[in-house]
Amino acid sequence: MSIDMRQFHQVFFDEAAEHLGQIESLLVSIDLRRPDDEDLNAVFRAAHSIKGSAGTFGFSDMADITHVMENLLDAVRKGERALTADMVDACLAADDILRAQLAGHRQECQVDPAPAAAIIERLTRLLPAAPVGQAPAVAASADPLPVRESRGLQADVFDVRFVPEPAVAAQPTLQDNLLDELGRIGGVEIVYRPPPEADDARWWLKITTLMPADTLQGILDFMAAPGTVEISATDGGAPAGEETAYGFFDPLPDLPAAPVSVPAPQAPPREPAGEAKPAAGADTSIRIGVDKVDQMINLVGELVITQAMLLQSSQGLDPVLHERLLASLGQLQRNTRDLQASVMSVRMLPVSMVFSRFPRLVHDLSRKLGKQVELKTLGEHTELDKGLVERLADPLTHLIRNSLDHGIELPEARVAAGKAPSGLITLSASQQGGSIVVEVGDDGAGLDRARILAKARERGLPAPDSLSDEAVWALIFEPGFSTAEIVTEVSGRGVGMDVVRRSIHALGGRIDVKSIAGVGTRFTVRLPLTLAILDGLSVRVGSETYILPLGHVTESLQVSPDMIHSLSGEPRLIRLRGRYLPVVALHREFGVADGGTDWCAGIMVVVEVDGVQMALFVDELLGQHQVVIKSLETHFRRVKGFSGATILGDGRVAMILDLQALVAGARRLQSVAA
Amino acid sequence: MTKNVLAVDDSTSIRQMVCVTLTSAGYTVVEAADGCDGLEQANERVFDLVLTDLNMPRMDGLGLVRALRELPAYRQVPILMLTTESSDEMKSQGRAAGATGWMVKPFDPLKLIEVVRKVIG
Repeated sequence: MSIDMRQFHQVFFDEAAEHLGQIESLLVSIDLRRPDDEDLNAVFRAAHSIKGSAGTFGFSDMADITHVMENLLDAVRKGERALTADMVDACLAADDILRAQLAGHRQECQVDPAPAAAIIERLTRLLPAAPVGQAPAVAASADPLPVRESRGLQADVFDVRFVPEPAVAAQPTLQDNLLDELGRIGGVEIVYRPPPEADDARWWLKITTLMPADTLQGILDFMAAPGTVEISATDGGAPAGEETAYGFFDPLPDLPAAPVSVPAPQAPPREPAGEAKPAAGADTSIRIGVDKVDQMINLVGELVITQAMLLQSSQGLDPVLHERLLASLGQLQRNTRDLQASVMSVRMLPVSMVFSRFPRLVHDLSRKLGKQVELKTLGEHTELDKGLVERLADPLTHLIRNSLDHGIELPEARVAAGKAPSGLITLSASQQGGSIVVEVGDDGAGLDRARILAKARERGLPAPDSLSDEAVWALIFEPGFSTAEIVTEVSGRGVGMDVVRRSIHALGGRIDVKSIAGVGTRFTVRLPLTLAILDGLSVRVGSETYILPLGHVTESLQVSPDMIHSLSGEPRLIRLRGRYLPVVALHREFGVADGGTDWCAGIMVVVEVDGVQMALFVDELLGQHQVVIKSLETHFRRVKGFSGATILGDGRVAMILDLQALVAGARRLQSVAA
Repeated sequence: MTKNVLAVDDSTSIRQMVCVTLTSAGYTVVEAADGCDGLEQANERVFDLVLTDLNMPRMDGLGLVRALRELPAYRQVPILMLTTESSDEMKSQGRAAGATGWMVKPFDPLKLIEVVRKVIG
């Protein structure tokens, strides 16, 4: 009988990837001065866990790295070594290499062993150095040789590290002699042998021997630089010898007796053999193709439409005669809505999926740029459609790089400006009505108005000095615009903000920037919650029905003649609680001939888009429903003023208004009114 | 009657490997993801053998061994530690906690069957 280990590989890959992600996120956020014990333990456990399973499933390259990582982390968590930035960096680098190895094993291809050897050496070098300054006396005698009990003939594996005498380091023949000598007392495995030209490089051997550690020490004392020899008993990253593979503390009782000595089971096993109960903490998720989910969403969308049609056809029925039918239809409506919500939620992912990659980015970049930056994330649990989450990663990465590179100043400059030396980048997500708002803010120098204007003129863009701040900031989204005087490795060559804006637009979103000199800059990205469904308010204009995104609607009211104000002889504005709101009369906007024209007879729907309020004049409010968005581009072509269309309960098509576009028109009116 | 084994390990892959290996050898295996979980399972019924990892969140392997030995039903039940550490320190701690023996990870699945057979037949 044999067990095919490959059947466990997929589970191992997923598990290791999860551990690696955990190691990264914990290390990035660790406080070097006061590392949290629980965090250190968690990092250690993750490395330890990878080591154990990697060894078991034959991925010894990963086991080797995690073995050294584990030793280092163990020393740190026991207080024998102080955690340093170098250690964190080395562990993060190791994390990257492990990821590469993991990817290699996943694809069953070879991974370059050179980086692995280098990182093992780097991690090893961190091990013996830097004892904790005011470490307790116990910790000072680091790695004491364990007291060895008397044992039978059982070989132990020793981890041996030392720096050879300069003479030995220079002469390979002497080194070979040493290895021969060691080989006489047991098996020698060379974990790391530094190249000949390396100064004070440490050797690392694994020696399997029956001899006590003193004997090893005795041999090495001749060849190693004084005080550099470290010997510790180990389990070994490589499979241990047969003798040490297992053992029992006491002789086992005779087998037949064993079951008898066990007290009678209180609860006999109920399950048949071979049917294991799943662990309580085990993963209970399944993986499913996105196409399947999308098909489900489409079908549910159709179901919603059918249900709406049924509801509509039942309106004329006598509620007394058809009581049961109507009750069932009501039930159907509720069930459909619940079904729709749960199917949609399958596609929803927390934005933490994207946010989680940024602590590392900020950590690495800030070190590279010599800046001190803290990243604060808020609202990671906000959920967003999977498609949006994935496509949000690139623009957000760019915004954060931009904030780090151009926003946050160097520590000296910050102190000179009276700020804390460490800058803060805030990344937040929240749901606001029907949209998700993601903000990237920094407390840096802010955008430089004069420089942007100068740059714009250089590029031949119209940039009069009278431009409002808002209009100046908007210039940075123009193609090929960059105010960075030196093209940096970090933010690239000025292809950037326009690409960011384009990709946000492609997601149906908007991006805005606010900045105050010396205080900071904030980019605000607004995205639709989902690409498929919309909570809509249906309104009638003449014989047409339009859908307004409900998230933007703040109120609706009937106006009296004294609220209406005219501009150049035409009614254009209404005054509401002391504020003037521009009015967009939908019948005129869309050329609906039979629409009402008397503002006092119809309804004003007040909407707010991107901080701008305006009123839409319609004839009547029809109702509120969830509508399935049908893309116009897919079925027809893009139509200005509409973001999509939907099918109503009676089978007719209704257009969904693009309020952003309407606001752009209304903005002009408002600036006239101001 | 098939023998029941409780396999406690926070690593899903190792747990699955142990489970498949021992199931194929005719044992019934129940999995637990950490010491607490293992103790809960052990309270529900008495197993013929407990295999436990050492380094686990919530309750580690040594803690589980000690807690099990407190239970009257588990005074005699063999408990093996499956561990990547084979240091003498671990062994003496394991013995003090009341473990029956240890097995070093990584191990060959067939070796596991061999050891389990030695212990519970």
